[in-house]
Amino acid sequence: MIVTLTNQPFEPGALVTTFCADREETGAVATFVGLARAEGGAASALELEAYPGFTDTAIAEIAQGALARFALQDIYIVHRVGRITPGEAIVFVATAAAHRREAFEACDYLMDYLKSRAPFWKKEHGPEGPRWIEPTARDRTDAERWDKEP
Amino acid sequence: MARVLLFGRLADQAGWREREVEALDLSTLRARIDQADPALGEALAAPGVQVAVDKAIVRGEAALSSTSEVAFLPPMSGG
Repeated sequence: MIVTLTNQPFEPGALVTTFCADREETGAVATFVGLARAEGGAASALELEAYPGFTDTAIAEIAQGALARFALQDIYIVHRVGRITPGEAIVFVATAAAHRREAFEACDYLMDYLKSRAPFWKKEHGPEGPRWIEPTARDRTDAERWDKEP
Repeated sequence: MARVLLFGRLADQAGWREREVEALDLSTLRARIDQADPALGEALAAPGVQVAVDKAIVRGEAALSSTSEVAFLPPMSGG
């Protein structure tokens, strides 16, 4: 399992290639890439703040939760911090499992938890000045659905 | 002296993100911040703002040492 925070742009394809290498017993790799949106010109940049030593530990705990819950072989998470411009990748999540269902579900679970429970603070810069973004009700209910299911 | 860290909108509101505050417990630390900047004191006590002492979330009171790191965390938004 690898969890990385980086203030540098990353190329998702290269991460998939690395993650898929040397896996003779893995039948399925599912990936998710979150990109920064321009919001029709309303967002010129995103600024993502983390708390070093706290944010990475919290993400590692979320990943441990996924490993305990799903029949997974491996997880790879890369998250940007700092200033991100539209079109750049913010988050990369990859899961490896023997079969596809576990890989898909774990990827979905990890993103729901990252969206609402990972300690990041997100500021959107636009023509009307900067504003802080807080999790939407939808982000919270997306994560809560995993509390109910077995 | 505890080291106080502010994140997100709290740092913008305060105009600082890191400061040393003399306090032996969390309630004294809150009172000192409130005394210096009542609007910030109120924002730190608002629902949804969590507190971490030495990178672990605490609820309610906590003892502080000279090397404690106290972080005020507004609602989080990842991904």
